[in-house]
Amino acid sequence: MKKLKVATASLAGCFGCHMSLLDIDERLFTLLEKVELDRSPLTDFKQFGPCDLGLVEGGLCNAENVEVLRELRRHCKVLVAVGACAINGGLPAQRNHLDVRECLTSVYGRTVPDDPELPLPLDRVHAINDVVKVDYFLPGCPPSAEALWHFLDDFLNGRTPHLGHGLISYD
Amino acid sequence: MKGTFTLDGSEVPFHEGQTVLEAARDAGRYIPHLCAHPEFEPHGSCRVCTVKAEGRMAAACTLPAREGLAVESATDELRELRRGLVQLLFVEGNHFCPSCEKSGDCQLQAVGYALEVRSLHFPQLFPDRPLDASHPDVLLDFNRCILCELCVRASAEVDHKSVFALGGRGIDKHLIVNAESGRLADTSLSVTDTAVGVCPVGVILKKGRGFTVPLGQRTYDRAPIDAPPEKAGKP
Repeated sequence: MKKLKVATASLAGCFGCHMSLLDIDERLFTLLEKVELDRSPLTDFKQFGPCDLGLVEGGLCNAENVEVLRELRRHCKVLVAVGACAINGGLPAQRNHLDVRECLTSVYGRTVPDDPELPLPLDRVHAINDVVKVDYFLPGCPPSAEALWHFLDDFLNGRTPHLGHGLISYD
Repeated sequence: MKGTFTLDGSEVPFHEGQTVLEAARDAGRYIPHLCAHPEFEPHGSCRVCTVKAEGRMAAACTLPAREGLAVESATDELRELRRGLVQLLFVEGNHFCPSCEKSGDCQLQAVGYALEVRSLHFPQLFPDRPLDASHPDVLLDFNRCILCELCVRASAEVDHKSVFALGGRGIDKHLIVNAESGRLADTSLSVTDTAVGVCPVGVILKKGRGFTVPLGQRTYDRAPIDAPPEKAGKP
């Protein structure tokens, strides 16, 4: 059977969701029999290829996050928001009731970095479904390894994933 | 007077004066709800307990049980409506569950889990709501208020202090405390008041108790809110 292509991205997140994915332990072997990783922090490829599944950790706090997300959406058939930050902005969104200029000046004083290579911060941290269509949401901070595996197992076997008690969690 | 009505096709007994929600609860049948509490008069404001009776939507917590009434609750239509209501409650406030010490004991979360609410669907408002940490024993985090008025009712009816009230109208409605300064420290609230323990979410918090019970071992970690009564999480 042809392996499914899976890409992952970490936007404004903490890599906790990726760590939780690694936390499925020996089931990683079962997973890798069925999927091939495309661009992902785990492969360090620089470009997305055509993918069956995209897993997004983190929300959108700057212009680069938006660009990567749109690129990933263009390349994958099914896009999944993984974790609190992708779903509702999460902890980075706690700055959303503050003015972004005030945030920056209170941290950097008068020397706010303005190197052209630095992506511009957005005025608000956004959930990813503010910008692209999202096909499935997997909440949690992070979603547990069990929840991630439950989702992947259902997805790989063509079932609609349902998260019951103990698997659905907002924290 | 006693009688029976049907809930999703099966009979539920009731006695005179009971609402549909009360009779269902006594019969061990779960109808999702947030602002209803067995010890207080029904309020009918959150609408999460909306059911369909004789073709009309009604809040189960205020709908009087009546002989032969056919009540629908566990339908896709009502589940979808309740999910929308819960999502609206989430987007109106700032509900960052990962940083909330009520997580795992929170009824809004538990109802969200029971309805499998996995996304917020609506744009978030991100209101600016400062905390009130003035009281020595109780913290108020207004970011999580769902305007259920349980603290208002408890403080007025049980504690006889009327420490809490809702001020404003519409989207500006918010919880206020009864002191000229607006600070909780300047009210007669005591940490032992019924109003302190009744909050279904993480607004009224006892200081210094946040993580006495570790995450993962809390009320709704042990059993879901919609489990049969002998197992269900009780706040």
